[in-house]
Amino acid sequence: MSTDRIEKKILLRAPRKRVWRALSDSTEFGAWFGMKFDGPFTPGARLRGTIVGTTVDADVAKAQKQHAGIPFEITVDRIEPERLFSIRWHPNAVERGVDYSHEPTTLIVFTLEEVANGVMLTVTESGFDQIPLARRAKAFQANEQGWGVVVKLIEKYLAQAA
Amino acid sequence: MHKRRSPKAVPKLLDSAPLFAVLGDKTRLRLISRLCDDGPASITRLTTGFGITRQAITKHLRVMKNSGLVRSTRLGRESVWQLDKQRLQDVRRYLDLISRQWDVALGRLREFVEH
Repeated sequence: MSTDRIEKKILLRAPRKRVWRALSDSTEFGAWFGMKFDGPFTPGARLRGTIVGTTVDADVAKAQKQHAGIPFEITVDRIEPERLFSIRWHPNAVERGVDYSHEPTTLIVFTLEEVANGVMLTVTESGFDQIPLARRAKAFQANEQGWGVVVKLIEKYLAQAA
Repeated sequence: MHKRRSPKAVPKLLDSAPLFAVLGDKTRLRLISRLCDDGPASITRLTTGFGITRQAITKHLRVMKNSGLVRSTRLGRESVWQLDKQRLQDVRRYLDLISRQWDVALGRLREFVEH
């Protein structure tokens, strides 16, 4: 059990080109994600996004309104047409007035794989072990130095106990 | 991410706070490490090779017990200490939370590309 990485898979019943566009076009990405970016996605680009409501789900859009206008930075990592798209961001960076720019980022990788009835999309987000504990959950007040040690111990323990 | 928020999960995260405070101590981390490696152990066994008194170790174990990190069971004349697995899993909640938020975001992506 990793404490550093999340992996998600979802089958999308849509053409590969369609899925690719929804990921690699910053306007389209922003539409489902609920974000407005100030430029196109190109490798190495550092973009500023602003939280706006998603166009896809009214309830979620409403929930997103509380964070409306908060600037959000992402860096585009790799773009391999119709196969892989990766970006870096600061996870859960929603606190107003906090400068996250000097903190470690997580890496988000979207991988597309054509399957019989659509596209299998795999999303991984990794690098959580490097994220300061205070960010992992604002509520946690802890010794950050101890955290790295603790997660490894826990990982080991859970692996044994499983 | 902004939509990574589940009202139900937040109180649970708050519950975990004392657990982390308790772990901000070298001796306690070492005790946890030992219980991890060796499994349940008596005070006598935990004290061996630790370089601090049995009394001090007992004190640390009690602090950790209060936060639900370890528990003890009586075995004859001695207490046997072990890690509380359930409690340790609590610290994984942050990842669970983000994981659920991805589920929601990807649900929106599906809606977006399939319709």
